[in-house]
Amino acid sequence: MTQQSSGIFNWINTRLPISNTYERHLSKHPVPKKVNFWYLFGALASVVLIIQIISGIWLMFGYENTEEGAFASVEYIMRDIEYGWIIRYMHTTGASMFFAVVYLHMFRGLLYGSYHKPRELVWIFGMTIYLVMMAEGFLGYVLPYGQMSYWGAQVIISLFGAIPYIGESLELWVRGDYYISGATISRFFALHVVALPLILIALVFMHLVALHEVGAGNPDGVDIEKYLDEDGVPLDSVPFFPYKVLNALVAIGVFGIVFSFIMFFFPEGGGYMLELANFEEANPLSTPEHIAPVWYYSPYYAMLRAVPDKLGGLLVMAAAIAILFVVPWLDRSKAASIRYKGILSKIAMTMFIVSWLMLAWLGTVPVTALRTTLSIIGTVIYFAFFLLMPIYTSIEKTKPVPERL
Amino acid sequence: MEETITTRRKVLIGMTATVGAVGASFAAVPFIASWNPSAKAKAVGGPVRIDVSKMQIGQKIQVSWRKQPIFIIRHSKEALENLSKVESKLDDPNSLKIVEPYRDLNPSRSTSGEYTVVAGVCTHLGCAPKFYPEIQPQPWDDSWIGGFFCPCHGSMFDIVGRVFKGVPAPTNLKVPPHYFDGSILTIGEER
Repeated sequence: MTQQSSGIFNWINTRLPISNTYERHLSKHPVPKKVNFWYLFGALASVVLIIQIISGIWLMFGYENTEEGAFASVEYIMRDIEYGWIIRYMHTTGASMFFAVVYLHMFRGLLYGSYHKPRELVWIFGMTIYLVMMAEGFLGYVLPYGQMSYWGAQVIISLFGAIPYIGESLELWVRGDYYISGATISRFFALHVVALPLILIALVFMHLVALHEVGAGNPDGVDIEKYLDEDGVPLDSVPFFPYKVLNALVAIGVFGIVFSFIMFFFPEGGGYMLELANFEEANPLSTPEHIAPVWYYSPYYAMLRAVPDKLGGLLVMAAAIAILFVVPWLDRSKAASIRYKGILSKIAMTMFIVSWLMLAWLGTVPVTALRTTLSIIGTVIYFAFFLLMPIYTSIEKTKPVPERL
Repeated sequence: MEETITTRRKVLIGMTATVGAVGASFAAVPFIASWNPSAKAKAVGGPVRIDVSKMQIGQKIQVSWRKQPIFIIRHSKEALENLSKVESKLDDPNSLKIVEPYRDLNPSRSTSGEYTVVAGVCTHLGCAPKFYPEIQPQPWDDSWIGGFFCPCHGSMFDIVGRVFKGVPAPTNLKVPPHYFDGSILTIGEER
């Protein structure tokens, strides 16, 4: 591609490194030759990001960020704007699917040790993306100003009140009013559509740049950089185009089918993706019988409820996310992949999965004494998985990791 | 000579950075302050008045002040006498942990011996607790003595808004500033 026949392309290419960048990061970018379906969710996440940006821009055409107008404008989008319903359900389904693919993507990281040296920064950028996504999802959920928007926001903003000394004034500052009013909605709107998406895109860019610097991992945790051909390309790699592009296209096709099916037939997700109480306008004087977060926050919400102390609950919830950032330094195993780790890691991983799923369920159901006990057990297992990781990964016997993929 | 130049350069960089940081923090003031409640929001939060003489004994009504639900409960004599009996279940029966505006005035925690006036905002995460005055077993408590139950995270309060032990809410429900003028209750203002 160095010598282009087309004059205009050549003119641009000598001034802007289009071919070089394209070859370096796309067409010739070496990727491990043997990976499995777990390695497709990153690509799917970027597809959902694009869906969210486009559907989000189209929603803005009809949305009104005022206390009086917000709820009605969402109904206006749903009923009066042509195909408005599809745009909105695309965005709400997209939010859930974003978390679904990101959770699977993160789980892949835990399973195959994608955070192992030298990919620590890739992991940290990824975790920051997850954190920003959680904020983004929360802010977006408040915008329709339904009952669940209001009371969900009331709960989350009250979390700031748990911070000693400055808590209550911080709460007031975040809301900009004595309740969640138009002032709150308009600032949340600005953050949701401008500030956080900009940060998100910048972080995705950094995530990818860091990834391309160190190269993608693989399910065996083999370092493919050890054996290079005469051009310095890893022997166990294939170029991104066409090998991975075609794989990804199949995945995107399957994902599109699932996405459309949910969007057309199941947009509320049984009340876990769009809560039924949110089809009612916000009423600051009446709390719904049962406040539950949408499914993607529920494990952390269960942890919050498990702690019978306001500040303690906030700290536990924050720690549950914060601890994910330091996983690269908690895992002391010689083997990156679960395939070559010992029995202790496998037991720990299984318990972690069970506890996470149990917490996800507990976060969506009303409180009872038994469920509180289960939430406490789940929270303890969740933290034990991470906090004991330096111990069980260093004492267990790992299988030898192969030299080649 | 080389040494002095490097040191001087470091000092100059340090000074420039410090001045820059101070300038940046001043420049941040309008951006941060613009998030405070506006003059309009402050003006809307004025006091509300209500005639409570029509309330039945044991009834709870709710009025809105600053878009917060304010619960007003008219207690029977027996209910008020029972208040001291439930203290073993309470975390802070005398409201020592919070700024209690009318401490030791009445067991009802208000300026009136018969009515309780509390903000219906759970001190945990701000949900509106529900009133269950009946003394009967409830799903969340087998020996329920009547009071408020928060549906969000299961915090419990007695009939005058005092928090139970072992629940997420850290303190008793807040008592808003108020006064009674005969049967007219004013919330949001003190006499």
